[in-house]
Amino acid sequence: MQTSLPTTRQTAVYVYQAPLRAWHWISALSITVLAITGWLIANPPPTLSGEASDHFQMGYIRFFHFAAAYVFAVGFLFRLYWAFVGNRYARQLFTLPFWRPSFWAELLHEVRWYAFLEPEPRKYVGHNPLAHLFMVVIITVGGLVMIFTGFALYSEQTGLGSWQDQLFGWVIPLVGQSQDVRMWHHWGMWVIVVFVMLHVYTAVREDVMSRQSLISTMISGWRMFKDDRP
Amino acid sequence: MPTSDTFYSQFRRAGISRRTFLHFCGVSAATLGLAPTMAGRIAHALETKPRTPVIWLHGLECTCCSESFIRSAHPLASDVVLSMISLDYDDLIMASAGHQAEAILDDIRTRYRGQYILAVEGNAPLGQDGMSCFIAGRPFHAQLKEMAADCAAVIAWGSCASWGCVQAARPNPTQATPIDEIVRDKPVIKVPGCPPIAEVMTGVLTYMLTFERLPELDRQGRPKMFYGQRIHDKCYRRPHFDAGQYVERFDDEGARKGYCLYKVGCKGPTTYNACSTVRWNDGVSFPIQSGHGCIGCSEKGFWDKGGFYQHVTDTHVFGVEANADRVGLAAVGGVGAAIGAHAAYSSYRRGKQSVDAQTTTSSPTAKHPHETTGN
Repeated sequence: MQTSLPTTRQTAVYVYQAPLRAWHWISALSITVLAITGWLIANPPPTLSGEASDHFQMGYIRFFHFAAAYVFAVGFLFRLYWAFVGNRYARQLFTLPFWRPSFWAELLHEVRWYAFLEPEPRKYVGHNPLAHLFMVVIITVGGLVMIFTGFALYSEQTGLGSWQDQLFGWVIPLVGQSQDVRMWHHWGMWVIVVFVMLHVYTAVREDVMSRQSLISTMISGWRMFKDDRP
Repeated sequence: MPTSDTFYSQFRRAGISRRTFLHFCGVSAATLGLAPTMAGRIAHALETKPRTPVIWLHGLECTCCSESFIRSAHPLASDVVLSMISLDYDDLIMASAGHQAEAILDDIRTRYRGQYILAVEGNAPLGQDGMSCFIAGRPFHAQLKEMAADCAAVIAWGSCASWGCVQAARPNPTQATPIDEIVRDKPVIKVPGCPPIAEVMTGVLTYMLTFERLPELDRQGRPKMFYGQRIHDKCYRRPHFDAGQYVERFDDEGARKGYCLYKVGCKGPTTYNACSTVRWNDGVSFPIQSGHGCIGCSEKGFWDKGGFYQHVTDTHVFGVEANADRVGLAAVGGVGAAIGAHAAYSSYRRGKQSVDAQTTTSSPTAKHPHETTGN
């Protein structure tokens, strides 16, 4: 399986297919736009003077938020589809082999590697178990939470009976009221921001210190290994 | 005592002219958002239908719903509405008291089984066996359950009956419980607000009497006609929100110019009510028009959502009471510092490793330089 070691005598493996790489970078861009505009919706810029008809500042901020949200949501649906038709590594985002003892053993090893308790990390063609866990929890579960709470809030302006209301309107009474949904959606933004910081740092660090490529893999699709040892 | 004459004959006896009566029908049709032709149907219904008995119970509440109700806007409308229904029991305003008053409840319950409307103002505290609200020598929840068992429908007046309101605010010492969590086998129409708008209250009643059916309700049991949209959706200050013009402080230029109150905590974007369209006191004004943000009084648990003047509300979970932005910024700072420290130590280790690697590779016995380093 994808998480098992060792991968021997391989210097390069084609891991991330082109549509998946496109999804990654499109999602990265949309998340960036969503976080910035989301912050501005909660904390608007200083007030503008002049006639109201001269400006549409909050209108544009919200427009970009909703546009990026649609991009992210459609991308998410595409990513789900790609899990079925893509290669084995495309399924990692939606499957977590928590029933496998080796997964937990490798997860512990990876944690020890980050805690400087292991001399070197193991090699993985797909995600390492720690990254795998974070991807599933933050991107899959977290992404779904943001999509459901986000569309529930969006349904408030599209109105009762709109498809957004029919599909997601039930979220609001489930959580409490509109204010609570806003609050959790806002918390979700901070969770994702912290995740992005860790994600970028670990990607750079692994690219430099691990035995395999990380950043270039998400650009070219090829996983390069720096040595032939198991 | 209950009567079976029509509303119209009742009005005429009270000295209301036919002209005023038809005016009321027209205004009611307009308030309900109905076609102009419906005014005639309302008039016809009031002329021919016997009055529906209404039992108005008061639980744990402050009577602001009744105060609002009696201010129903149009001249004579309050009189009209109080005569429209056969208000057979309302311990706040009825003349009788004691056993005489309580006898009415039994009478209506047996004579109009399944036909009367139970209007409930306030809610029932269930803690300490309901000790916190006693009526006629027994807990309010007992009276409520008994009267609800034989009613046609329940109207939950106000935020108390609908959600719990202030007496159910954390930590809710009396365990005040909204009506729909006590009465589960009857339709409960929630008319939230603290208090609800007078015309919304009379509008809901008029609709039920005219059409003899419940108004269309949303997922949470509120009539869609009044609670289908947020204050924000119909707010006359909305253009300032879209433009990015806000009141930053209550004494600034924006406040004088009537900019959007979003930044000073207006809950209009999260509050479902008709204030921005129907307004208050015969359409004179509503809080936002008076320069103060909406406090969200018709929303569930609005007392527990942090200050009325902050937009990003506090979170009360995991024993934490903090604002998402404060925690979020602190987390970003903390994680950023941790990443910096981790990166610094990583590069120190890497530097040490390569030095070690150079010394060990010079030794002929070392096959795997990495394995000889580290701990």
